[in-house]
Amino acid sequence: MSKLGNARVRVPERAKRGEVIEIRAMIEHPMESGFRLNNVGKPIPREIVQSFSCEYGGREIFRATLHPAVSTNPYFLFYTVATASGELLFTWKDDRGGQATHTARLEVTEP
Amino acid sequence: VRREARGTTPATPAGWFGVGVNTTASPEVTPSLSEPASARRRALRALAAGVCLLVVRPAKAAPEELAAALHETFGGRSITPGKVTLELPKLAENGAVVPVTVTVDSPMTEREHVKSIHLFAEKNPLPRILEVRLGPYNGRARVASRIRIADSQQITAVAVLSDDTLWSAAVQVEVTVTGCGT
Repeated sequence: MSKLGNARVRVPERAKRGEVIEIRAMIEHPMESGFRLNNVGKPIPREIVQSFSCEYGGREIFRATLHPAVSTNPYFLFYTVATASGELLFTWKDDRGGQATHTARLEVTEP
Repeated sequence: VRREARGTTPATPAGWFGVGVNTTASPEVTPSLSEPASARRRALRALAAGVCLLVVRPAKAAPEELAAALHETFGGRSITPGKVTLELPKLAENGAVVPVTVTVDSPMTEREHVKSIHLFAEKNPLPRILEVRLGPYNGRARVASRIRIADSQQITAVAVLSDDTLWSAAVQVEVTVTGCGT
């Protein structure tokens, strides 16, 4: 079972064409580092989100590769230029083959 | 009355909270305090410091591993300090969640933009923290996240620009509660 939980994404509803918009994305995940020990001193196996990406209008605009040093519930803030109305697709993949997606709609108006 | 007030008031916070570890303050304090109490306090403080050192010093990746990771990622290419701004708290109370922001001085145009940003830790169990890929479509070369920092150490950010030059920034972070094991 994948430990990928709820995703929370913040994208402005609308923006003017050419405007640089701020995007925030977070997903619930323990990001088990593999360096922790359980109550009997055995290491807890690593289970992390390995990658996060964001596509805007079918084109990848952000990709992150995560290592165990990324905190629980990985969070990213980044920017993009509003070019055309469309969908933003957020994808998280864990190291157990699990995947979670989230979409957000951006309306782009003429400046 | 006046002497007593001078002697006791600074002694209490220093003793209880262990803030005033400065030995220069003790001679002033001693006359109004009984000798054994202050000696015991000093002994306890020394013991506490010793215990902290023993507990908070687990084996960690050495800076050589950071050098190895840098070499593995960028080959032998030279990395120049500059163009990158790495924002991290100087003192991180909780090493498990440390906010980080990386900004690169770049116009983010088709001709001149940031291709990727890499974050490295000098003393975490693994030197790599995270990598992000960017392009001209980002408009602004700024990325924020939250990371784990195992111990007080230097964090390094390296940016790869579109002309394949490498730029970096490093920040020393003091960690009160370790980020390893959390």
